[in-house]
Amino acid sequence: MTQAVLQMSNISKSFNGVGVLHQVDFELQAGEIHALMGGNGAGKSTLMKILTGVYQLDEGEITIDGKPVKIDSTQRANEHGISMIFQEFSLVPTLTVAENVYLNKEPRTKLGLIDQRKIALQTKSILQDLQIDIDPDCEVGKLGVGYWQITEIAKALTVDTKILIMDEPTSSLTKIETELLFQLMDRLKAKGIAIIYISHRMDEIFRVCDRVTVLRDGKNCITAKTSEIEMEQLIEHIVGNRVGEAFQWVERSYDVTAPPLFQVKNLTIGSRVKNVSFEIKPGEIIGLAGLMGSGRTELARGLFGLDPYQQGEIYVRGQRKRISSPQDAIKAGIALVPEDRRTQGLVLEHSVRDNIALSILPALTKGLFVSSKASNEIAHQYVDKLSIKTDNIYKLSGLLSGGNQQKIVIAKWLATNPDILILDEPTIGVDINAKIEIVKIIREFANSGKAVLVISSELVELLAVSDKILIMQKGEITAEHQRQNITSEEALEHAIQSF
Amino acid sequence: MQSKASNSSGSKLLTIDWRKYMVYIAFVVVFIFFAVTLHDQGFLTTGNLLNIIRQTAIIAIMAVAMTFVIGAAQIDLSIGSIAALSSLTCALSIQAGIPIVFSALIGLATGVVIGFINGMLITRLSIPSFLVTLGMMIIISGAAMWITHTAPVPILNDSFNFIFGGGSIGGIPILLFWMLAIAIIGHFILKKAPFGRKTLATGGNENAARFTGININRVKLWVMTSSGAAAALAGMLYAGRMSSGRYTFGEGDEMSVIAAVILGGTSLFGGTATVVGSVIGSLMIGMINNGLIIMGLDVSQQNVVKGLIIILAVAFSKKAMQR
Repeated sequence: MTQAVLQMSNISKSFNGVGVLHQVDFELQAGEIHALMGGNGAGKSTLMKILTGVYQLDEGEITIDGKPVKIDSTQRANEHGISMIFQEFSLVPTLTVAENVYLNKEPRTKLGLIDQRKIALQTKSILQDLQIDIDPDCEVGKLGVGYWQITEIAKALTVDTKILIMDEPTSSLTKIETELLFQLMDRLKAKGIAIIYISHRMDEIFRVCDRVTVLRDGKNCITAKTSEIEMEQLIEHIVGNRVGEAFQWVERSYDVTAPPLFQVKNLTIGSRVKNVSFEIKPGEIIGLAGLMGSGRTELARGLFGLDPYQQGEIYVRGQRKRISSPQDAIKAGIALVPEDRRTQGLVLEHSVRDNIALSILPALTKGLFVSSKASNEIAHQYVDKLSIKTDNIYKLSGLLSGGNQQKIVIAKWLATNPDILILDEPTIGVDINAKIEIVKIIREFANSGKAVLVISSELVELLAVSDKILIMQKGEITAEHQRQNITSEEALEHAIQSF
Repeated sequence: MQSKASNSSGSKLLTIDWRKYMVYIAFVVVFIFFAVTLHDQGFLTTGNLLNIIRQTAIIAIMAVAMTFVIGAAQIDLSIGSIAALSSLTCALSIQAGIPIVFSALIGLATGVVIGFINGMLITRLSIPSFLVTLGMMIIISGAAMWITHTAPVPILNDSFNFIFGGGSIGGIPILLFWMLAIAIIGHFILKKAPFGRKTLATGGNENAARFTGININRVKLWVMTSSGAAAALAGMLYAGRMSSGRYTFGEGDEMSVIAAVILGGTSLFGGTATVVGSVIGSLMIGMINNGLIIMGLDVSQQNVVKGLIIILAVAFSKKAMQR
């Protein structure tokens, strides 16, 4: 075997006496894409923060190119050729691509001014090298999110990067952008750059990664070549003792002859949703599949009164409802768990309790004031019911992990006791344990005779939870499949992509 | 690493937001400092302490409303000019022989209408509150100079002057009662009433608030309107105290009020706010003013020191927060 570009051995780390990492080993070869997986609290991010100099290790050793190194600051990590691409991008939207790429390391002219020409030329050559066609003079804010990612990568390449860490890089990308990113990663790999790839998405891991390391409870669980391990095995390693539960479709029974609980007729919303009709029976879970931009999210927004619909009718329990604002939707018994929990779902600097209580303030109000006791009760009830992991109900929601944040958003809507629950990408950026739990929550809700509409780009999840799957293309519902008639993920993928 | 919610009653202590308490600590420190150094000059006498309250109550009343405005991630720069115009509309009404109750209502309505217009411009035309109220500040201060051609309007009605700021009951200035009443109402609305929650949710994450079915435009409209109302009350209290309406009342008050609110621990970006903090922040600024005057500093020196103390206090609270 060739010498590893990075070797982390026996890494241990604890916070306030609580061990987070226990003698973890991690090895990275040059030109390798190595997936790092594990549930929340498994220690992935702590390990990466040690590598990038955010945290110092308690015990263990890091060697780069065979030489032991001490990474005591993020700057030191950069000097060793370690770059991290963050989930939240560190770009200035009002500057051009080139200006962002060279931000704070601008080449200077003889007069000491910034050499704009050189910046543009060098950026161009980096982008050409990566075979990416973007104009270096274009403002970043005008580009799609996918290109932000590429700009970030170009930024990393202006310094001598040997190790690139990518944390959930595809969570906000479209299918095409994702494909572009994967091709780019292959080219980086060919240049000898090693990539640590953190993702919860199984299909991506198998598509782009050479090896995978799984951490569980702060310990090494397994390191294997992706060509030598099956997805089921991998999931088993990640979730530990909770196999079986993972993404099995459970055939559910509900009265198919019952009158529909929720009915949408000929709905048209702007130019993105055209003449959409469907119905959901009590106890039924409908999956909505489609590419990004197919009008899925726009449909959800319209049903919840966030965008006006020009045409069509919405019925709840046979009664026609006029929905022109979220207030109307809530009154009609509709709840929406939005796509982006951080910007649409939660007030991050408010507590778990206050976030849950926010949707039901009138119900919690006794006289003039919101009752603390009632708020606490409802918060405790849902923290227990959805097993939200938090120190207490007063903890700021922004401090919780993605999965637990998502559960708060779900809790907040379940608290309104809706008849129809719409979930837009409910498990995005959520670890597999939380995914399993969310699927369970959705099923339980439906079992109580309610209607559910799940929108998701994760087909495995859609297949696990839906009784019926609608396919949306270019704003229209083009097909409807009973779940039992869909044989595999590939068949569903084919249905979504075909025109 | 994480434990479940049920078994962790003691850990609430660890999550204390120190910024919330910084202003109280600073208040006590500054108070003790003046009490010791200015003991001989009569800082601690009842008369002087009541004086501080007289000088701060009006700022504190506007700060209570501003807490909601900033809590909702808005700003209101027009309050000083509203105070001036309201003092004049009220004084002119009294001069015209209108009963004081109605004159006061006219003064109040002046602020309510301007605040409402601010709110409408912010919500209907989506203009940032900073720009709307900056423009409004200039318009209203112009209007206040215009209506009487900069002439002050004397108020000869003793009961008005007594109720609105001039009087005292049992030695306690009536301004203190006004301040306490407004502060208590504000505190309970912010902490306990649904409107307070909605305000903070709107300020913390406007998008999420909208997705939760909160009418964020209504929230913004209300906070701006109540800020206008509080400014109008402030203007009338100035008028009562000085027995006249003047276009100079409230000049520059918006900055003192914003400073008091931020000093009190309300986040400039919205989402977290405290009425009690704002009142203490106002009192602290008033106390610093008073202490510096007793020390014999002139206005120019007072300003330098006051500015420094405000920056220091905020810097300390930021540091304390990071820990």
